[in-house]
Amino acid sequence: MSGVRVLVGTRKGAFILTSDGKRKNWEVSGPHFAGWEIYHLKGSPADPNRIYVSQTSGWFGQIIQRSNDGGKTWMQPGTPSGEPTTTPEGMPKAESNKFVYDTSAGTGKPLTTHQWYDGTQHPWEFKRVWHVEPSLHDPDTVYAGVEDAAIFRSKDGGKTWHELAGLRGHGTGPKWQPGAGGMCLHTIILDPKDEKRIYIAISAAGAFRTDDGGLTWKPINQGLYSQYIPDPRAEVGHCVHHVAMHKSRPDVLFMQKHWDVMRSDNAGEEWKEVSGNLPTDFGFVIDVHAHEPETIYVVPIKSDGEHFVPDGKLRVYRSRSGGNEWEALTNGLPQKDCYVNVLRDAMAVDSLDSCGIYFGTTGGQVYASADAGDTWAPIVRDLPAVLSVEVQTLP
Amino acid sequence: MIRVVLPAHLRTLARVSGEVSLDVAGPPTIVSVLNALEERYPMLRGTIRDQVTRERRPFLRFFACAEDWTHEPADTPLPEAVAKGEEPLLVIGAIAGG
Repeated sequence: MSGVRVLVGTRKGAFILTSDGKRKNWEVSGPHFAGWEIYHLKGSPADPNRIYVSQTSGWFGQIIQRSNDGGKTWMQPGTPSGEPTTTPEGMPKAESNKFVYDTSAGTGKPLTTHQWYDGTQHPWEFKRVWHVEPSLHDPDTVYAGVEDAAIFRSKDGGKTWHELAGLRGHGTGPKWQPGAGGMCLHTIILDPKDEKRIYIAISAAGAFRTDDGGLTWKPINQGLYSQYIPDPRAEVGHCVHHVAMHKSRPDVLFMQKHWDVMRSDNAGEEWKEVSGNLPTDFGFVIDVHAHEPETIYVVPIKSDGEHFVPDGKLRVYRSRSGGNEWEALTNGLPQKDCYVNVLRDAMAVDSLDSCGIYFGTTGGQVYASADAGDTWAPIVRDLPAVLSVEVQTLP
Repeated sequence: MIRVVLPAHLRTLARVSGEVSLDVAGPPTIVSVLNALEERYPMLRGTIRDQVTRERRPFLRFFACAEDWTHEPADTPLPEAVAKGEEPLLVIGAIAGG
């Protein structure tokens, strides 16, 4: 029988939750990297045993970890202990945690500042990796979305990282500014039908797309309206929280913006609002059913000033019509005295016949539904605050 | 041999359980000890000093013989007791955060 492996990043370590296809009984492994913030971990679609992890700390900086055996053991994919750290020619060897912005004239215009909270220009400073996105085809190729916002790529299993500098250098970079959580590139979506097309999203700059494998990028924010910025319809400056896509329709995108749930049917060229009857259209997560491209999920959050679910009730909202018409899913979720948040990378879907939905909360619960959201049960209740949830469907 | 005491998280990264001992050529300084540490344990690169600027991470400090050496000039020799291996160099993480 096939099974699932749920990868959970938390404020104090990573946890791996495994079950068979029934998804009723779970084994919990962890904490891995105990005490460290695990912003994200994700498995390679090309090799499920290959998992990449972003391990970070306010004290010790950024580490990239990798597993080649499904999370049983881990390694930093730089220079292994005991090996020389320089080549015979004296050049430094690979270091998995070295993220250096590219300011060379050849691959990107020198770009050293972005907009700060007060409107002044501020230097670009690397802080951490928010999101790792393994290639759909090559286990050794992986992308990293970082703060301050940029996208990096490794082609050697995470040993060395190089910026796709055309994103920061395309022209609007000096207008980007941090959201409350920092200026992070948090979403990377690889087009399964076009290897050269990648979507990314940045808080608070907006969504961007490349059609040439990352050399050149363009903002794709037309139709977004953000009343909290000087020009509500500006080309960039929108606080996009997350974007989701169904693999069968790479031109159709769904977005949870700071406020507003949005939809694009033309690869982000234009967006229209599909918040419909949601109790609030503020939120962070959004995801798409594995087999029904018009079935989408969000978790409404009360407001940008009150980052918890409204009315003390944890409700996932599902639309079977690609937005506008939403139904609350509450069976098995707390409907009283609940004040958790669900962060932007903390929802995932499996691809079993009956699609499983998973999400984690800032209260440390990870909930699972094996029936597309009709009923829910907690896998674990008392983890550290959950930052990210991914799921692998195993053969 | 120069003895170095690392914070718990860095001991985990380096896969060591106690102090580490390092060969350092010449009179040891903060910089020469950190260089030797990163050469022996490359997984620690970037964790004590920024990969690019080589500046100390702000939530870490260096102590030796009960004195704070964090802001001493980089080429200042460490105390003789550290050079002789009688006392360790301590890398201390700030008591901060949650």
